[in-house]
Amino acid sequence: MQALAEVGAEFRAGEVVAVMGENGAGKSTLMKALAGVHPPDAGEIRWEGRPVRIGSVAQAEALGIAFIHQELNLCGNLTVAGNVFLGREPRRGGFWLDRKTMRRRALELLERVGLKVEPETLVEELSIGQRQMVEIARALAREARLVIMDEPTSSLTTTETARLFDVVRELKGRGLGVVFISHRLGEVQAVADRVVVLKDGRNSGSLEKGEITAGRMVQLMVGRDLDPAGRRPVEVAAGEVRLAVEGLRTRAWPLQQVSFEVRAGEIVGMAGLVGAGRTEVARVVAGVDRALSGTVRVDGVALRGGQVAEAVKAGVALAPEDRKEQGIFLELPVRENIALPGWGLGRGQRLGFVRAAEGRAEAERLRDLLAIRTTDVEKAAGLLSGGNQQKVVLAKWLALGPKVFVLDEPTRGVDVGAKAEIYRVIAELAAGGAAVLMISSDLEEVLRLSDRVLVMHEGRLAGEVGRAALSEAAVMALATGVDRACP
Amino acid sequence: MFKSLSAQNSKTLLILLLLVVLTLVCGALEPRFLSRDSLGAVLKYAGLFGVIALGVSFVILTGGIDLSIGSWVGLSAVLYPVLLKQGLGVGEAALVIAGASVLVGLLHGFLVTKLNLQAFLVTLCGLFIYRGLARVAGGGREQILPADQEWLRDLLVLGRPLGGLPVPAVFLLMLALAAVAAVFLNLTVTGRHLLATGRNEQAARFCGIGTTRLRVLSFVICSLLAGLAGVLFLLDGRSALGSSFGNSYELWAIAGAVLGGCSLRGGQCAVAGVVLGSVMVAEVRQAVFFVAGDEWKEFVIGVFILAGVIADEGFSRWMAARRVRA
Repeated sequence: MQALAEVGAEFRAGEVVAVMGENGAGKSTLMKALAGVHPPDAGEIRWEGRPVRIGSVAQAEALGIAFIHQELNLCGNLTVAGNVFLGREPRRGGFWLDRKTMRRRALELLERVGLKVEPETLVEELSIGQRQMVEIARALAREARLVIMDEPTSSLTTTETARLFDVVRELKGRGLGVVFISHRLGEVQAVADRVVVLKDGRNSGSLEKGEITAGRMVQLMVGRDLDPAGRRPVEVAAGEVRLAVEGLRTRAWPLQQVSFEVRAGEIVGMAGLVGAGRTEVARVVAGVDRALSGTVRVDGVALRGGQVAEAVKAGVALAPEDRKEQGIFLELPVRENIALPGWGLGRGQRLGFVRAAEGRAEAERLRDLLAIRTTDVEKAAGLLSGGNQQKVVLAKWLALGPKVFVLDEPTRGVDVGAKAEIYRVIAELAAGGAAVLMISSDLEEVLRLSDRVLVMHEGRLAGEVGRAALSEAAVMALATGVDRACP
Repeated sequence: MFKSLSAQNSKTLLILLLLVVLTLVCGALEPRFLSRDSLGAVLKYAGLFGVIALGVSFVILTGGIDLSIGSWVGLSAVLYPVLLKQGLGVGEAALVIAGASVLVGLLHGFLVTKLNLQAFLVTLCGLFIYRGLARVAGGGREQILPADQEWLRDLLVLGRPLGGLPVPAVFLLMLALAAVAAVFLNLTVTGRHLLATGRNEQAARFCGIGTTRLRVLSFVICSLLAGLAGVLFLLDGRSALGSSFGNSYELWAIAGAVLGGCSLRGGQCAVAGVVLGSVMVAEVRQAVFFVAGDEWKEFVIGVFILAGVIADEGFSRWMAARRVRA
């Protein structure tokens, strides 16, 4: 799949550039191209005026480009010094580890990043913020001149973030270039000299120091306002409450509580940035995970939780985020994929024996209903396109007539044609009286389908946008936490 | 990449073809291989090892492994005459062994699913523990099948119910078990759930399938069949020494399952393939005995399986390439 259409950007020495954009806008892909993780298919990278080819991480490092991953790449069982010099340890006589030099140089580097720990400390004993500093020290040890950080603050506390920014300013003062990817408008305002905004794999615009305001950034990230004609017409007034979630705490965000309701006939969008806690909520509702506390009610009846079979029986269906790993059996026939969840409820079987003919008829009915492109429902599901595989996932739950349908990124990796058909199915589901909760990072689709949108930010519901006030800017403002104080 | 049902079937057909070729080659190398006695011996070993191969293929199907089979065979073989000496009847002794086998399978399943231990380690410990118990239970002496058990030996292992054909009873018993396994895996809901769990455990869990229970079930089936096989091996051999009886049988069983097309990554096992694989292992044993001498059998079976695994990889790539062209 193409992640980047066409992007141009320039990074200078002694400058801090923030790269921004919605989920999937292509920020990480651009950075990975620079760092040699995923070399680009076309285009040119010029380093100090010379065109270069960066085909591997080693080549990027040789040039002086260091990439600090969002999920830090440190060896927890090694010491701080061991990590800083990993792969280029100072040696004596070409063979023996020179511990003394290593310690001395590590202390210098740790001093520069303001990390007050002994170089012999094991990395697994450090906090996330401290580990970030170790990563930066490692970049300095490699004499990096451009440091790229992918969402460096995503798991830092406020103090740690402030500390990180001090170090970033220090690096800048020494003439290094710093690029960092962030969703957080306040942070970008605080530290960036320039902002480059991407949208749908293209440059959407850039802002110089004086122009960086939250409003301008959101505008560039969102790009345009949605064509109201594309929206789902309101057909039915919402009915009874089908899904009620109260005081839900998940493992990912144990300090936050989430409460909301979805009524029969309603499509409720759930927006937010990746990692905001949306999928965790979906998994608890579907019984995949157990909540730390809180209740999930379906038609007023509380679920015990933590059991998919119980949720399925109560009428909950989940089209999961990771289709290939969680939603579908690639090697099994389409028919069996569709029939599987029903067997446990006594459908398509008699006395424990599968009734294949019955399953076949049902699969063919659903294939026609959802326009799944396959002539033979006995074909392995893995042979279908991504969009058609997703339709198989929807079909297996439609067969059970769910009361609550939770869709997690229902059109990820799905082509445009199949998208439209999936939208139609979702709308019909709601019209049929199901309560639909749709998690999506695709704002356009959230706005197109939703009757109202719940926006999550860092594990809590940051707000709700009603149909009348629905706009990308309103959702993005809540999702990025514009209103929150920043370091 | 994706093995549809037809791919699995064509693989089984290929294994059948390989078996025919192997039989003809062995016959050409050594005409005595095709004699009635020789073929009868091949089918007897295929039957005996097929029972444990079927068992282990359930565990392999769900992505696990059971290394304790040989020791459990030994314990069960020693226990049977010991229990008879205690005055238990045949049925009672069989019940005790079956009950112990179920418990041991439950224990393996519990340790693997609930405590999240690796099947390899759990059953490796089992390998030592049950071997030790077999030595203790046998008191260091060879346990002999009582003379009044000859009828059972004829009925279950050596008898030839098909009249003149050199097909021993134990091979038919194994075929019957295989038929039950095939019906279970292919036609019942629990069987399909087991297969789905092997194919993609996470997706199975997301469908509301109780994957933990099914993985435990696979260990129970495996131990139960190993317990049964212990008695069958004893009936065949007439005596069992706790310290060695059944040694490394788990590896022969796994060999049969792998030759039959089971992937140790889980998700793939055709019962027919396991039967054919077991016959193949037995044929190679027998042919090596004739051609090169018994001491060569491990060497040859190792090379044979390695060749089979390499051929399987090539076959998978060929199927994938053919699909791309189609």
